[in-house]
Amino acid sequence: MDLLRLATAGSVDDGKSTLIGRLLYDSKSIFEDQLTHVEDVSRRRGLGQADLALLTDGLRAEREQGITIDVAYRYFSTPRRRFVLADTPGHPQYTRNMVTGASTANLALVLVDARNGVLEQTRRHAFLATLLHVPHIVLCVNKMDLVDHSQERFNEIRDEFGAFAAKLDVGDLSFIPVSALNGDNIVSRSMSMPWYEGPSLLHHLEEVHIASDRNLVDVRFPVQYVIRPRDDKHHDYRGYAGQVAGGVLAVGDTVEVLPSGMQSTISHIDTPEGPVDEAFAPMSVVIRLTDNIDVSRGDLICRPQNQPVMTQTVEAVVCWMSGTPRLQAGGRYLLKHTHRWSKAIVRDLKYRIDVNTMHREEGVQALGLNDIGRVTLRLAQPIFADEYRRNRTTGSFILVDEATNNTVGAGIITNAG
Amino acid sequence: MTAPTYQLTHLAALEAESLHIFREVAAEFERPVLLFSGGKDSAVMLWLALRAFAPAPIPFPVMHVDTGHNFPEVIEYRDRIVAETGIRLEVASVQAAIDSGRITENPDIDPNRNQLQIIPLLDAITEHRFDAVFGGARRDEERARAKERVFSFRDEFGQWDPKNQRPELWSIYNGRHHRGEHIRVFPLSNWTESDIWHYIRDAEVPIPSIYYAHERDVFLRDGMLLAAGLWTHPREDEVVERRTVRYRTIGDATCTGAVASSAATIAEVIDEVDATRITERGATRADDRASEAAMEDRKRDGYF
Repeated sequence: MDLLRLATAGSVDDGKSTLIGRLLYDSKSIFEDQLTHVEDVSRRRGLGQADLALLTDGLRAEREQGITIDVAYRYFSTPRRRFVLADTPGHPQYTRNMVTGASTANLALVLVDARNGVLEQTRRHAFLATLLHVPHIVLCVNKMDLVDHSQERFNEIRDEFGAFAAKLDVGDLSFIPVSALNGDNIVSRSMSMPWYEGPSLLHHLEEVHIASDRNLVDVRFPVQYVIRPRDDKHHDYRGYAGQVAGGVLAVGDTVEVLPSGMQSTISHIDTPEGPVDEAFAPMSVVIRLTDNIDVSRGDLICRPQNQPVMTQTVEAVVCWMSGTPRLQAGGRYLLKHTHRWSKAIVRDLKYRIDVNTMHREEGVQALGLNDIGRVTLRLAQPIFADEYRRNRTTGSFILVDEATNNTVGAGIITNAG
Repeated sequence: MTAPTYQLTHLAALEAESLHIFREVAAEFERPVLLFSGGKDSAVMLWLALRAFAPAPIPFPVMHVDTGHNFPEVIEYRDRIVAETGIRLEVASVQAAIDSGRITENPDIDPNRNQLQIIPLLDAITEHRFDAVFGGARRDEERARAKERVFSFRDEFGQWDPKNQRPELWSIYNGRHHRGEHIRVFPLSNWTESDIWHYIRDAEVPIPSIYYAHERDVFLRDGMLLAAGLWTHPREDEVVERRTVRYRTIGDATCTGAVASSAATIAEVIDEVDATRITERGATRADDRASEAAMEDRKRDGYF
């Protein structure tokens, strides 16, 4: 059984909560006391039927206002797979939450209401999912029961979204007609739509092939922590702990350590289950080298002929996550990239991207909360970077406000060096 | 020979994520501490910490917030693990805080000390200047916890502000804080109860004996089976019976209920957990039933 992380985006009106409730309920991941709780609260509020949205709206303010404020994580499993679902609110004022949910997702579920078709927000959700390089996107055309389960209507929406998606960098795109309310095509194929020959949503989630999404070519091992026991038994033990960010490392491989440029050979790969011959993403391992060279936290182990760019200038798309301060040219922040912190200055704010139309707005002076824009950053210390589309770990960073220590921006490297 | 698939099981992926979190904290904080109650989640958390730094020892102590209402089997387990692993144990005592007049106990027959843990916990964090506090909370446990970050900021009063949480993207964690503030860290965020049990089996994590079926004198109160005579005492209308039970969670003994169960081995417990239709906190914790937002309110005040 493997692990699939998925993110959903959509507003209450799309039936997102009902869809999630359905997935949890039909995969037997909702417990009786949770359901009883939802029924009780629904009844107290005079609602006709149990409002499954109450399952995901965890905070008092969310329940009072009937909206989802924050990312909520849900867990369900089938005999095939374990799922971590990041449920994010769909409104533009929560773009930062959508970006957060999508940052770790293997798959994004984008919902449309079959009656309304592709809306501005559908395009926004799809744009954000592709910006964060989510490899698989599923467009769920919901409320098919309200359009008489019409194949024609489904095809219309599929074609319209398909044409739009062709302009984006979408890896794998699927379309599924569903009715979350009635459970059509959620867990099993629906009798109401015999014309649909694809899998049910849950079946698709179980079967979608995620193993090949990982980069097994470019070896990237950011050194997180140096393990030196300093006791008699392990007198000479010096291990470099970290999580493999790309490629396959094997005992006997010649590797190079950045920034020193020193080369050595991997002598051991230690894991909690004992020594192994090979390590790949996302394993957390301890690497030992044959030579006693200087390696510390923030360094990166790679292959001599295949290296990230060592740079103090990065071009990036930044999602701004703070009301104050706003991102401006000249702004100074702390940047965290893998295990390195550096001071950073915004050299240039090139344009802002309208998340609804994807138009570039040039000449803007600042990025405010939930704005996305293209910037050039100058760093005090070099980082070892790849383009985000090549590697999500070495291609991403966060920006932190030095005064408040808050995380104020998320960056996707478009061009290193 | 078949080509390697380079795939991890979901448990291996969760373990890799947790090890990454432990190492990140050890690298970026000066004084971390791991909260160790002797419950199964803290047992798994401690096991992961041991693995994260092996063959070196864990570079931080563990702390037990001791309500004084303990199951003897859990204290025996705690002391045995401490002796076997050589970790340093700190104890933050609720009883000592009551005795010194720092906090007052409510004058019930069977006072629940869950809420009372907050002050001794925050006092110990201040006294030892802990800047990172590992907790075993999981997001699948409860509605408010589903919104919790892995690195969760606490202000100088130890408070959680759920509406103003730091965004947390990829696996880049921001643990920066000012003096007097701290970060709660939840390495088991993405684990479920079922994952915990499967891991206990696969990694052979030792846990207290009361997680397995045993005979005990219990009585029914608020739909929960409470241990008679230990820290909870039956009222006149409550009937004591000897039953075969086990514990699904371990907390303050006054508000932790047992469940009727004959699951005596890890395999039987896993079968039972995977088949159960009631959440562990719903089944066994009186404290979470107080209100719709009971956990959110306690977390705001500095609870785990």
